[in-house]
Amino acid sequence: MSRDDDTGPEAYAAWAEEAVRTAATAEDLRTAAAEDVRTAPSDGDAPDRERQVLDRIERARRRRPRLREERVTLAHGAGGKATSTLIDAVFLEAFRNPLLEALTDGAAVTVGGTRLVFTTDSFVVSPLFFPGGDIGHLAVNGTVNDLAVCGARPLFLSAGFVLEEGMPVEDLRRVTGSMARAAARAGVQIVTGDTKVVQRGRADGCYITTAGIGVLAEDVRLSPEAARPGDAVLVSGPIGDHGVTVMLARGELDIDADLTSDTAPLHQLCALLLEAAPGTRVMRDATRGGVATVLAEIATASEVAIVVDEAAVPVRPEVAGAGELLGIDPLYVACEGRMVAIVDGADAEAALAALRGHPLGAGAALIGRVAADPQGLVLLNTAFGGTRIVDLLVGDPLPRIC
Amino acid sequence: MRFVDEFRDAGKARALAARIAALCEPGRSYRFMEVCGGHTHTIYKHGIEDFLPESIRLVHGPGCPVCVIPMGRVDDAITIARQPDVIMTSFGDMMRVPGGQGSFFDAKAAGADIRMVYSPLDALKIARAEPGKRVVFMAIGFETTAPSTAMTVLRAAEEGVDNFAVFCNHVMIIPAIKAILDSPDLRLDGFLGPGHVSAVIGCRPYEFIARDHGKPLVCAGFEPLDILSSVHMLLRQLAEGRTQVENQYARVVPWEGNPKALRVIGEVMEPRPYFEWRGLGFISHSALRMKEAYARFDAERIFELPGVRVADPKACQCGEVLKGVLRPWECKVFGTACTPETPIGTCMVSSEGACAAYYAFGRFSRERVREASRT
Amino acid sequence: MCLGIPGELVAFDDDPPDLATVDVSGVRRRVNIGLLEGEDLRPGDWVLVHVGFALSKISESEAQALLEFLEDMGQAYDDEIAAFRESNP
Repeated sequence: MSRDDDTGPEAYAAWAEEAVRTAATAEDLRTAAAEDVRTAPSDGDAPDRERQVLDRIERARRRRPRLREERVTLAHGAGGKATSTLIDAVFLEAFRNPLLEALTDGAAVTVGGTRLVFTTDSFVVSPLFFPGGDIGHLAVNGTVNDLAVCGARPLFLSAGFVLEEGMPVEDLRRVTGSMARAAARAGVQIVTGDTKVVQRGRADGCYITTAGIGVLAEDVRLSPEAARPGDAVLVSGPIGDHGVTVMLARGELDIDADLTSDTAPLHQLCALLLEAAPGTRVMRDATRGGVATVLAEIATASEVAIVVDEAAVPVRPEVAGAGELLGIDPLYVACEGRMVAIVDGADAEAALAALRGHPLGAGAALIGRVAADPQGLVLLNTAFGGTRIVDLLVGDPLPRIC
Repeated sequence: MRFVDEFRDAGKARALAARIAALCEPGRSYRFMEVCGGHTHTIYKHGIEDFLPESIRLVHGPGCPVCVIPMGRVDDAITIARQPDVIMTSFGDMMRVPGGQGSFFDAKAAGADIRMVYSPLDALKIARAEPGKRVVFMAIGFETTAPSTAMTVLRAAEEGVDNFAVFCNHVMIIPAIKAILDSPDLRLDGFLGPGHVSAVIGCRPYEFIARDHGKPLVCAGFEPLDILSSVHMLLRQLAEGRTQVENQYARVVPWEGNPKALRVIGEVMEPRPYFEWRGLGFISHSALRMKEAYARFDAERIFELPGVRVADPKACQCGEVLKGVLRPWECKVFGTACTPETPIGTCMVSSEGACAAYYAFGRFSRERVREASRT
Repeated sequence: MCLGIPGELVAFDDDPPDLATVDVSGVRRRVNIGLLEGEDLRPGDWVLVHVGFALSKISESEAQALLEFLEDMGQAYDDEIAAFRESNP
């Protein structure tokens, strides 16, 4: 059984051999077709070849991602590269239309002359209850925030429940109580809903889907493509509290910290920001994938570079400590009540003051700026004085030991 | 003192950088291998290459335990995980590592019960809580991690938790360094020694590197100032014509290592005659297996394993990259067949691998990135 | 390889005796201290934590010595820069 005695039979990884073959064919075709467009100045052979390889990577990055997996994995839900591949290859492919293609937090539609934002979000969290909130808070605040960061005033929500057989009604009451309070706080009404029950073991207690509608003022023009060089990058408070709190609340890691989720409605903060900084380009709530993913998406969409100053990014010591212990970078950890905003550089101070004037934005900070080059990249000036590139993760950040 | 922030001081870094630049002989280039993936991580996380002159190149070594696991071993682990009533446990690092037929994540998606743990003790805890299941811990890691696995096995034996087993894939760093040093096309000027491995094995086992191979090694810590000051110590040795083993990380690494940790490894495990490393091939006495006395905790004895050796595609040149002979972009499949989404070779598997790091960070010259970040 | 994090010992368990609580920036976890046999461990001591085990007791004096060495190097560097500026006004 142990194979120390001989080297054993030998096999090849079919997927790897296939990848090599496919890539070789594609590269041959491409080289034949594009040999003449190479204009890079040649100063010796090696730098030229390196340049070619780097160009090849750039092309590969711009190519539409291919869904290779035969089954859905957890990485497809983590908000990183795998999620965008799934969305692109399956959902966009099936539903394609101009409103969906923008892939923003909500779709801006005009109905009878009124500009509306329509959004939906599903909530699965384990455990259902955690320090600072529960799935009910998330379900309301998450959808309120998707509307708010689109610049809309949230009005009405729907709520669909998938309940697991055996879930204590008392727990459900707690969740709906949280939803009612969160809705009141955000000034929205839950006006329609649906209930399904699945067999025990088929859901983690309960899943909730909410959809929301809000109205958009005539003059609001926000877009992830709108960032331009000279703009300022802000966050509304310390990052990563929610993600770390939930990770620890699962109890599997046996780690304790006095942390609570940051779940909160951002509608007032967003409204204050838009009023104080008319040059606001885009707002995003930094949920799955964290601040890093939001910035990477904006840098790509706007074809700009975003330069972040690591020392300026607010992170609570406990979040930093848990991050060190588990090998996780807080920049990739989810928040549920924090937003990233890109505003005209001239509005930076006014924007910061407006955010800090609200209790939910008391910890707001100016964390970086937008530059022209290199397009599509997020650069981090490290606190140590170096520079690194902040890339998209493939899936969730996982606790690591090495 | 918190032993972290003190070693991330930008002011001290600038002074060190100036000393390092001054020690470099004009016209000479230096290649230092950081053996340990943790060092590679620190180097990228803090942007340490910005403090080094162009003439110093850091070569990323084989010290990432998940990257060197051969695909066949991953397939074996997945075979175990698919058995009825088995809960497979491992560190988060293992979840995306591809075998011949996919990764732990793929196996989990297909129905296997695979769970992430922070410590092998957490796997033992699951075994206690679920006596009707067989809980297997996929043990990976160098000498740093092996004592924790050994302690957990001893604890399981003491408590008689007989539904717990270990699939042992612990590897040892010295045979891997030897294999690299024996390579005829090697061009390295010195080593940054793996600090946390050394906390267990001490500094003495590296002495042959200085004595027989004439290369300096500095046992290095993991904060950014540790890396810079270790590079400085290596350059000083070269400038003074010395080749020695030095300990930059004395706050954590005793020269003799941790005797208790070595003892528990020896109690529970023994060296295998040989073991395959992705990218480096078969290396004798380079890994650990469970001793006969602990056979009842040894997943390799409990379960029937396919034991099929899965070869890397021939075009993959990880071995040369690992030895610093080739740069990532010089490999035939780099950036085409082999990307971070579908890593074909070990250097692309973890984000700390030389190729994955180059794929993510090497797209732009350091100067261009520096330029953009300052203006 | 081998993520190891310094943590401060804040409490010891009597049962079982080989567990202790460490604090990392306000985050606490129980770790096994069985590998630190023969070390005189007290609350306030720092240990290196790896996968739930304390692997090494951290020496404050060694840490201090390294920092002082780096401090002196920085000082000498600053002095040289100052001297250079004076001689090249």
